[in-house]
Amino acid sequence: MSEYTGVRGTVWFRAFTGRASPMLGDPNSVLTADAPLGKDHARFLCVVPDPHARFPCARHGEVGLEEAFTLATRIREVIEQDKNTIKRPIVAIVDVKSQAYGRREETAAIFLAAAAAADAYGSARLAGHPIIALVVGHALSGAFLTHGYQANRILAFDDDGVMIHAMHKEAAARVTRRSVDELGKFAKEIAPMSYDIRDYAKLGLLYKLLHVENPEEPSQQEIRSVQAELVGAIADARTSPVDLRNRLESKEAREMRKASILVRTKLEAQWLEN
Amino acid sequence: MEQIEFNYPAKRKVLERAHVGVVGSGDLEILLEPAEGEVAHVFIRTSVDGFRDTWKAVLDRFFTKYDGAVRIQINDAGATPGSVQLRLEQAVEVSER
Amino acid sequence: MSNNGHGASFINRQSFIELDARERATALFDPGTSRELLGPFDRMESPWLPMQGITPQADDGCVVMKGKIAGQAAVVVALEGAFQGGSMGEVSGEKMTAALDLACADNEKGMPTSAVILLETGGVRLQEANLGLAAIAELMASILALRKHAPVICLMAGTVGCFGGMSLAAGLASYIVMTREARLGMNGPEVIEQENGVEEFDSSDRALIWAIHGGEQRYVTGLADELVDDDTPQIADAIRHFVSKGVPALHRSSRAALYRNRIEKLDTSGQWDPKEFRACWATNGSNEEKR
Repeated sequence: MSEYTGVRGTVWFRAFTGRASPMLGDPNSVLTADAPLGKDHARFLCVVPDPHARFPCARHGEVGLEEAFTLATRIREVIEQDKNTIKRPIVAIVDVKSQAYGRREETAAIFLAAAAAADAYGSARLAGHPIIALVVGHALSGAFLTHGYQANRILAFDDDGVMIHAMHKEAAARVTRRSVDELGKFAKEIAPMSYDIRDYAKLGLLYKLLHVENPEEPSQQEIRSVQAELVGAIADARTSPVDLRNRLESKEAREMRKASILVRTKLEAQWLEN
Repeated sequence: MEQIEFNYPAKRKVLERAHVGVVGSGDLEILLEPAEGEVAHVFIRTSVDGFRDTWKAVLDRFFTKYDGAVRIQINDAGATPGSVQLRLEQAVEVSER
Repeated sequence: MSNNGHGASFINRQSFIELDARERATALFDPGTSRELLGPFDRMESPWLPMQGITPQADDGCVVMKGKIAGQAAVVVALEGAFQGGSMGEVSGEKMTAALDLACADNEKGMPTSAVILLETGGVRLQEANLGLAAIAELMASILALRKHAPVICLMAGTVGCFGGMSLAAGLASYIVMTREARLGMNGPEVIEQENGVEEFDSSDRALIWAIHGGEQRYVTGLADELVDDDTPQIADAIRHFVSKGVPALHRSSRAALYRNRIEKLDTSGQWDPKEFRACWATNGSNEEKR
């Protein structure tokens, strides 16, 4: 598992849209563009580092107040525009370091900003827009809940630079009062704790794990291949319910989330009693 | 985590189950249920290893006064013998309401 | 909501904070109408904690109860803050999400059913990491689906507060009810101090913590809908009020334009005095929406 570099988001955003810029009036940390994807015209969204961001705690790839509300705005724009027509896909390209950790952020309710972005993504999904998340790098905690985790389908690269998790290893060790080595040992035996994306894939939350030789410098062929996978994910989402039940119905979930499935079954039975 | 089991003779049929407590730091939860036969079974899961004798002492004392035929499950996160005693008495009180 | 005559003197208060999750949930229902689902005797425990030498709790720290509030069908889901800091694991997360989904299905069958979520939680249970995080994402999806039909009310009483990923769930709520003792924020003071230093947030400064995250600040800045005393009858009354009120015309988390506008106006060159910050945000923003 390698460190966050903050370059992959821009690389893949440019690969799919030919651009790498914010929309007029938006901060430089949020890239938005509409581009062809299969037979659709999709909106692509990506959060990237901006060393000159107004908020000092959101300059290195963190999802902060401005990033979250900009995402919410650009998604709601699509919902509004497509109100009476075909629902365009929305593709979240995800390589985010973490949420922003700052006093200004807490004072100005970053929890609500993050909820606003998730609300926009989730509302778009419920309205029939296929939401696809492509994890090209890091997807941590609150940042991923904000940007990507409300998707119908999640894809990721099977690369050491890709990490989906709730907290960085050192911080997690501190909070759980274990050594980093102990944590590493648990992570090997306990798939949900692992920092390896291949173990994450066992949880049944991913639509697909894709192989790309070097995610920081993909070939044209690889870009077209990943695009085809996005198109496939969109088609798959369009023929499925708009909720997230597919996450519990996957083959892997039936193996690794048996407790979740049992809870759901038993709760329903007891709910209907009496 | 350590798992410890004890059995004690029981005479009295118990009708109601009881649940008390929380598995918080320094606390424990107890699930008490009626059991068949003339035995009281105690199953303990504790995150603090090496105190089997202390558990035995507390339970020996408890069962000198309690003769219900029960299955008692204890989930412990480092409670003191005093807290264990208290929770056992609470569980009995709830089951006999 | 104005004081409705339930303001209790300090001595007469029945502390809600001192109650455990089960007692808190029970207290919110119309008397005699509630029953617990998947209680401790069903033993739906964490499969992951024993593998790490941690004693599981028989209900995995999550209480689900169904019954009536103000005469209407409601489900209450309460996290037990004393167990693993109320953190979200696979089982506790699924209990909460599945309960909301069942409430949603009842709404769709013509049986209006609200949800009340009692949040004492630090967020993801790190011993279950990615299943805890995924559970929160799924919970958020279920809140979005349910709140179209019936209100989803989040109650934070203290002492744990509501932090981490679960603060996003609170952010999606139809209504937020807080005591002064409670706190709500994405990142706690210790985490911020760890990441960005003591200048950014001195986690030993209790006054600062409540000035930023505390119930009163959140209420006065329009981020919580009701501020209640630590008094069980008053809290139950507030919950009844919001169940009866129904779905709001517009959820707070959907007001992206309003809040984006407010963020754009902020001077980020220095830290803000939380009391001065109140002045910017102490309105309902009806004249602030920008297209």
